[in-house]
Amino acid sequence: MAFLEVKNLWKRYGNSVVLENVNARVERGEFITIVGTSGCGKTTFLRMLLGVEQASSGKLLMEGEAIATEPGADRGIVFQRYSVFPHLTVLKNVLLAREFEQARWLGKLFGAVKKRAVEQSMAMLQLVGLEHAAGRYPHQLSGGMQQRLAIAQALMKQPKILLLDEPFGALDPGIRSDMHELILDIWRKTNINIFMITHDLREGFYLGTRLWVFDKVRNDPQQPDAYGSSITYDISVGQVDKSLYKKIDNDLSTTRKTQELQELGNE
Amino acid sequence: MKRIINIKPTRLGGYALGLLPFIVLLLIYLWASDARLAINPTDKLMPSFASFGEAIQRIALQPSARSGEYLFWTDTAASLQRLFIGVLISALLGLIIGVLNGSIPLARAHLSPISTVVSLIPPMAVLPILFIIFGLGEVSKVMLIVIGITPFILRDLQSKALELPLEQTIKAQTLGANSWQVIIRVILPQVMPRLLEAVRLSLGAAWLFLIAAEAIAAQEGLGYRIFLVRRYLSMDIILPYVAWITLLAFTTDWSLRRISMFFFPWFHSEEGSR
Repeated sequence: MAFLEVKNLWKRYGNSVVLENVNARVERGEFITIVGTSGCGKTTFLRMLLGVEQASSGKLLMEGEAIATEPGADRGIVFQRYSVFPHLTVLKNVLLAREFEQARWLGKLFGAVKKRAVEQSMAMLQLVGLEHAAGRYPHQLSGGMQQRLAIAQALMKQPKILLLDEPFGALDPGIRSDMHELILDIWRKTNINIFMITHDLREGFYLGTRLWVFDKVRNDPQQPDAYGSSITYDISVGQVDKSLYKKIDNDLSTTRKTQELQELGNE
Repeated sequence: MKRIINIKPTRLGGYALGLLPFIVLLLIYLWASDARLAINPTDKLMPSFASFGEAIQRIALQPSARSGEYLFWTDTAASLQRLFIGVLISALLGLIIGVLNGSIPLARAHLSPISTVVSLIPPMAVLPILFIIFGLGEVSKVMLIVIGITPFILRDLQSKALELPLEQTIKAQTLGANSWQVIIRVILPQVMPRLLEAVRLSLGAAWLFLIAAEAIAAQEGLGYRIFLVRRYLSMDIILPYVAWITLLAFTTDWSLRRISMFFFPWFHSEEGSR
């Protein structure tokens, strides 16, 4: 049995189809990067994995069971922004996961229990290289450090899946490559399943074991919402040559151009 | 020559510019008062500063001949107590209902329309009802403040709770939080500084309702005193009272801001970066 199975998954909003007939099987420990134009439904797919969005029809199974219809501790998330809590220091942001777990009513830990949880949190901060910033508030951190914190936070629950929604989209190129190393390092150490959305095709190829491209298979210029996206490419990264990269890049920019033309037409 | 929109005052110059209007107003008053008193030494409309001094001396530093109380201070204590209790109750009510409305869709569905409707009732119009139900004592005055400012605080907090990025509640859930934990660890602490802000903004209205209630029925209180001595055209008491109320309002506002900056540094630095 595959770790994650997607069977004939559809998502519609009223008359517009976002995803049509998505099928996929994912094994334990795969690192999947997802690319596509904006509005292609990749975020919708991620939100379904997260549990905040439900499929219109079809199945989304994790370890043979339907994914919960609300967010849970087995699926960690890092958004592009707002993933960390601005009112808590770095340490407390990470500690929070333990506090939720062990203090049902107060949501706060004290004494020896707290000490142990703090030690674990510090170890986690060390893993992402934030131990020196434990006492600072998120607004005192750079964008890259905030994303490191968000990752550390998510890892505290040892989720089965880590969902990354354009996590490095807002970062400078130099910082971004540091973050790539960090996320690869974490993936190797924990063997966690990662789904990462990116709009940077190169990032998609560099990271991960498998690349999905979400794109429309059919396109009706008169009625752009009539058809949804599906996985048009499902490539094991590593066996890719330059011409394929070119072809995907070309496909995506065609879709993007059609979209732009349609938008112009709508105005 | 730099454009005027680019010229910034120095620190000291800034203070001077801030003080200037006060000094100008003071000088205008002194001049006008002197002019009136020169014509009619018993003029009551614009008393001299000497008679202000005498009035304050009489009302704040000497016991009243009739009751033996220091009127100024009993008035202040009575008013501040009403204001404090009223604002405290409003803040608590607004916080609890606002946060519940803002974080639980089921609560919002039922409570939100009623809070909107209640907030549209003019509080002064229900004052007679309050007097009838609660009598002329302290409760009706406190209730007027509560009815007057709770809807504002409540709706403000509700919208502030709703403005918190959805990402945060989702993140908390992926960290294993239940609904209660999301509310007390994620939403409540982030709404607290906004509560202080809402309270600061509603203090003006709270004073308004307090003075109105005191003017109509009270035995002591700053508003009561002002309306009482109005009968004798005692500007020498009214003006210091108004200045005192302003000072009290200013101090409360300032301390609330300080408290907020001390307890919620993250909130104010975010504010600054915006």
